[in-house]
Amino acid sequence: MSESARQDTPEQVEFREQCRAWLAANKPGEPGVRLPLSPLEIMTQEQLDYLQTWQKAAYDAGMIGCDYPVTVGGGGRSDCQRIANEEMKGARTPFLPNVIGLGMAAPTVFYHAQDALKERLLPRLFSGEDIWCQGFSEPGAGSDLASVQTFAERKGDKWLINGHKVWTSLAHFAEWMILLLRTDRSHKYDGLSYFVVPIRSALDSGVTVRPLIKMTGETGFNEVIFEDLEVDDSYRLDELGKGWQVAMTTLLHERGAGDLKTPSAGGMKSKTTHSTTTSSLIELARNTKRNGRPALEDPLLRDQIMQLVIREAGLGINQRRARVAGLQDHPSRLLLQNKLLASEIAQDIGALALEIAGASASLYLGDSNAPAGGQWPLSYMNSYGMTIAAGTSEVQRNILGERVLGLAKSK
Amino acid sequence: MTQPDNFGFEEEAVLLKDSARKFFADNFATDRLHAMVAADFEPERMSECNWDKELWQQLVELGWTAVAVPESAGGLGMPLAAVAGLVEELGRAAFPCPLLATLNTVYVLAAIGADAETALAEIAEGRTASLAVINRDGAWDAALTEVVCNAGALSGTAWFVQDARKVDRLLVAARDGTQVALYWVPIDAPGVTVQPDAIVDLTRDQAHIVFDNVTAEPVCLDGLTALQQAMPAVWTLLAADITGAAEWQLQTTVDYANARQQFEHSLGFFQAVKHPLVDVMIHIDQSKSLVYNAACAFDSEPDEAPRFAHMAKASASDLAAFASGRAVQFHGGIGFTWECFLHLYFKRQTHSQMLWGDGPWHRARMADIVLGEVA
Repeated sequence: MSESARQDTPEQVEFREQCRAWLAANKPGEPGVRLPLSPLEIMTQEQLDYLQTWQKAAYDAGMIGCDYPVTVGGGGRSDCQRIANEEMKGARTPFLPNVIGLGMAAPTVFYHAQDALKERLLPRLFSGEDIWCQGFSEPGAGSDLASVQTFAERKGDKWLINGHKVWTSLAHFAEWMILLLRTDRSHKYDGLSYFVVPIRSALDSGVTVRPLIKMTGETGFNEVIFEDLEVDDSYRLDELGKGWQVAMTTLLHERGAGDLKTPSAGGMKSKTTHSTTTSSLIELARNTKRNGRPALEDPLLRDQIMQLVIREAGLGINQRRARVAGLQDHPSRLLLQNKLLASEIAQDIGALALEIAGASASLYLGDSNAPAGGQWPLSYMNSYGMTIAAGTSEVQRNILGERVLGLAKSK
Repeated sequence: MTQPDNFGFEEEAVLLKDSARKFFADNFATDRLHAMVAADFEPERMSECNWDKELWQQLVELGWTAVAVPESAGGLGMPLAAVAGLVEELGRAAFPCPLLATLNTVYVLAAIGADAETALAEIAEGRTASLAVINRDGAWDAALTEVVCNAGALSGTAWFVQDARKVDRLLVAARDGTQVALYWVPIDAPGVTVQPDAIVDLTRDQAHIVFDNVTAEPVCLDGLTALQQAMPAVWTLLAADITGAAEWQLQTTVDYANARQQFEHSLGFFQAVKHPLVDVMIHIDQSKSLVYNAACAFDSEPDEAPRFAHMAKASASDLAAFASGRAVQFHGGIGFTWECFLHLYFKRQTHSQMLWGDGPWHRARMADIVLGEVA
């Protein structure tokens, strides 16, 4: 697809050139290790070191946090993060490791924390020096998030936290956690409060992080157990009992519908990376034989591949149409579809890839004959993480049906 | 060349789309449509052609038939994205008229260039037209036309001619020796017989047209090149019509799902209804995005236009079936009746789904572009 010519402001034009020049000279080289498919599967310190070095360099070059004020470590620019993201993706850089921090913690801290706390936390978040994780889900609180039971009990200026969080990506590397918990058991929504909590420094004093092993065999997410963790009241965001409203800021940005654009990069092509896109799918079909001919010549597969190419293109064009005021029926109708579509398209691309690979789809990461090093079965399995995490596809459809179409709220 | 970020959908396009929406909402509510075209429910009835010519005349006076005509021929020369916005509203209203047939013809005439200026000027003045280029098999390829030209006279039959009983002119593809030429023929020319088809779609008419020694001068000798150039616009506009009609189907069904109570809840409370309605919305949005992208490509990136237009019509064709099915299903028994307005859109969408190629047809051609043809 052709790159669309943006109607860039003069500031954006200059900034785009600046990003492009820097990336041409400073794009990171090949990693010495196999990189995971996404930041949520970072397993080793070597992987993290490579990615953190890249994020720090991108931050120092002004491409992360562009639209935040300078006082909190941002670039003080106007609508420039989008430009930086486009340029980083265009240059096929590695992805940014601190995704939870950039996409969820940063906007939440920015909108709900005291100035001193923002000024202290955000610069090291943007640079990637402090990795962040998210303490929302619990064993008994998944899609019904507001039923969290992790409890903070007041002790003067301090709070004593006890509870159990799960599916906590990056917790094993994280300095900080955004934490949704309960301060009042008598009200479901109004009994919730929101904290930022330094967890790494408390690993021997009230915090235990244990890896959960995924169906793929990878680690990456964890369970986090709080036992009488003492936290200062200054780490509370917004008022007591306003945790649900603060969490909505987090979730809105997580779903791509917030007003602060999340810094993101990616698209790196190398032997050690893999992308779940239709272009990879087409490459697989070109290199796979069926009845002695390339699978790409099979009319049924051609039809299925085209269906996915069309959906993938439609998702990309949705982002562009969302910026044209005259072509919108509802302000968040397109934005609220992003996560649902991206995860389901990736899942369907993965499923079709396995069919195209046929017998070879059985070969996994440890097999030297596996197509794409066994990444197709890996990415297909991981796609279920994407359709479940951050609000399952079923919850996303409830949100769209209720907020956009105005249908009655489902229980 | 690159595409403008806003698809070329400028202020005047917004005004055109908004005024079209208001015009149809004010003048042509769905109960009027039903009373006009569905008075007779006999399935084996003679095909009718009921339409509001007075309202159509107002529409002509608003200049909507001239939006796509180049300024050099007295038209408004608006970008395809703007025209798609107008057609989306036409689809939402399902207004029976020869607008789409005429716009399609305009794009072929515009591709011809100077030799078609006279024909284009006629349309700018309010004349209407339709394409007569398809054979009996419904092969969407004018190279297979059944009409031949011998010594300046046309003979044979053109099939699947849209809104034939509403238009003044035909643009006919006829084989003349080794090439297919295009002819501009008045509908009432001696030797032209319009044979109406009894079609499912009550909001349009369709006919096959018999040419018996019809004297005609070609407006274009290399007709296939002109048609090839214009087809992406034809596919894109029909896709736009489908998205507009699907929006009507979605909104109507959402309203019903909110109003209808069963098991102490409105239907929309139940996820078995809510989630598929969300899927209809998602499919509409995909198709709509692809439509404006294809429209923009037609004006600013002609090399990419066929691929993008195949994507738009493939997506919209599937949408036509999906939105229609869910709308009827979620209305339950009432949705299955003649008195409910849904069937008008169900039938229009079924017609649109197949017209100018369905989903598999477009994906097969798109695959040849994206993946290369299979030897």
